[in-house]
Amino acid sequence: MRTILITGGNGGLGLGIARYFLGHDPEARVWLGVRANRGQAEILAAEYAGRCRMIDLEVTCGDAWKSAIEKIIEADTRLDVLVNNAGMHRDCLLAAMPDDAWHSVIAANLDSVFHGCRAAVTPMMRQRFGRIINIASLSAVLPPLGQTNYAAAKAGVVALSQTLAKEVARAGITVNSLLPGFIETEALGGMDEEARKSAQRGIPLRRFGKPEEVAAAVYFLASIEAAYITGAALKIDGGIF
Amino acid sequence: MQGEELRQKIKEVMVEELMLDQAPSEISDIIPIFGGGGLGLDSVDALQLVVGLEKHFGLKIGNSDAARGILESVETIAREIEKSA
Repeated sequence: MRTILITGGNGGLGLGIARYFLGHDPEARVWLGVRANRGQAEILAAEYAGRCRMIDLEVTCGDAWKSAIEKIIEADTRLDVLVNNAGMHRDCLLAAMPDDAWHSVIAANLDSVFHGCRAAVTPMMRQRFGRIINIASLSAVLPPLGQTNYAAAKAGVVALSQTLAKEVARAGITVNSLLPGFIETEALGGMDEEARKSAQRGIPLRRFGKPEEVAAAVYFLASIEAAYITGAALKIDGGIF
Repeated sequence: MQGEELRQKIKEVMVEELMLDQAPSEISDIIPIFGGGGLGLDSVDALQLVVGLEKHFGLKIGNSDAARGILESVETIAREIEKSA
């Protein structure tokens, strides 16, 4: 049995990652970190009753992380994989960006990863095994206009992952980040047809990615076979560079 | 567990948890664990040692100031475990 915690468990990418683990590994026990919006997570948990559970988790709060991980270890005795997937963006040109748009985006995307990693590494060190996969974004390296807050947070996630990878390698824990580009989730919901076509023209593969294509990379990085990959930042973007 | 048996067990835990090249019998009770002139371990090893001592002996080290004193040598670790037993 291996235990996997995925934050942002009610979103398209989080659900896609969870479904991939549940569908490919009968030994996987998945916890979906959720808040008030949990309708989709409930459906997946019902579909995989006993193997997929939800846990209340305000990712920006260190105490909430501590409590959630204690509950998971109490139930499953271990935590093998942490997927820090929760995040949000509030795009705005910097000159007009309200303080709140800056702080809330940094908190949701970067503080959350800090709190999550800090809470997870001690139990993983006790096990002498762990896999941490942090979902960053292509914006970390190719930031579009209007995303100073989001791009800074995601670049921070990449740097945090690389630094932590060095700190915990000796304990058998790997830490990697993924940089998805345009993935077909609710995050693209605001794009009209013309914007979608325009974006796809800029992608060498001429299409948006699917959540399961990101999930496959997460699944591999979480595997025993990926033991020698740590500190990596993997773009999954259809070839944009 | 206490005395020589405890000190021997601490050395075995250190070798196992920190993947040291030395045999437990090659580590003296009073050699400094960190820094030059001793075992030469670093802060990452310290973190692992704290986790290992809690796992094997139930020793909880509250903060980095306390850790500095306790993790000086096998002898100081053993005294702390004996004190908290």
